[in-house]
Amino acid sequence: MSAPTVSHHYTTTGLDNRKIAIWAFIGSECMLFVSLISTYLIYKGRSVVGPFPHQPWVDPGTGQHFKAILNIPVTSASTFVLLMSSLAMVLALAAVENKGKPQRTLGDKILGSSKLWLFMTALLGATFLGFQAYEFTSFVHEGLTIKTNLFGSTFFTLTGFHGAHVTAGVIWLLSMLMIDFKRGLGPEDALNVDIMALYWHFVDVVWIAIFTLVYLIR
Amino acid sequence: MDSTHHSNLTAAEEHAAGIEHEHPTWATYWKVAVILTIITACEVWVYYIPAFVGSRAFVPTLLAMSALKFAIVVLFYMHLRYDNRLFKVLFTGPLIVAIITLIALMFLFGHMHLGHVGA
Repeated sequence: MSAPTVSHHYTTTGLDNRKIAIWAFIGSECMLFVSLISTYLIYKGRSVVGPFPHQPWVDPGTGQHFKAILNIPVTSASTFVLLMSSLAMVLALAAVENKGKPQRTLGDKILGSSKLWLFMTALLGATFLGFQAYEFTSFVHEGLTIKTNLFGSTFFTLTGFHGAHVTAGVIWLLSMLMIDFKRGLGPEDALNVDIMALYWHFVDVVWIAIFTLVYLIR
Repeated sequence: MDSTHHSNLTAAEEHAAGIEHEHPTWATYWKVAVILTIITACEVWVYYIPAFVGSRAFVPTLLAMSALKFAIVVLFYMHLRYDNRLFKVLFTGPLIVAIITLIALMFLFGHMHLGHVGA
């Protein structure tokens, strides 16, 4: 009897239980994030005091002027960074799946480097977090905290939860990158990388929704 | 170059692991990234057109572009287009329930009026 190349976790569906689990987890996460987005939308426009997301505000008590708080150019850049991280992630998965195949050209070698694409994904994820840290810091300096008004409470809760998910994803990516450096990732690891990739892409699609519903729709 | 080959696994092992046989090629992944970038650029562009922002088409247009990006990532990058039907059910089932709940809440709290999300 030959030794198995992968450890199987059979289910009655014939599918691996880990992949079923990650899809079930992503389904539950959809409900979590839609509940947070719902809360944001329900309270949208109901803040009694500013700062407001899209329009300037003057504090009647102090006469202090507050500009519209959202910085669309910066957030557009961070959205682009996260979208590109998804590209790097699929290239990392493809590189792991194709490990061992002949790489004739320089292009094949670059596309076939799982270390490069895992590193790029983690780097882009960390860059997105940097943008978010900058945004949160500037908001606080401009007078918006989680306690200021309904917009602040729902905005920081929603984007904070998303940022926490990105942070977990970056840690997962760095762990996988360390394994790749230590013993190398091959086709036998494709499922583990695939599961991580699904999580990462989910974080990306959540941001696609947040970017439109929170930042662009006035 | 085809990105679907698991040289160390048999077809039965791949099926058992839930690894799909059809993956997009690397070229497809790059094309998808370009399309996502173009749609994002269009979203930001329409945000800066005051006449369009004031029109009734603004919110539906942004929602449509966002939904398109969402679908492209899920179908191509998450491989749901090529994957087992059970995974599609596990993802779309909760998503549909969540979206229906969101729409119901928006009506309940008076935010939706003929497709317009209130400011």
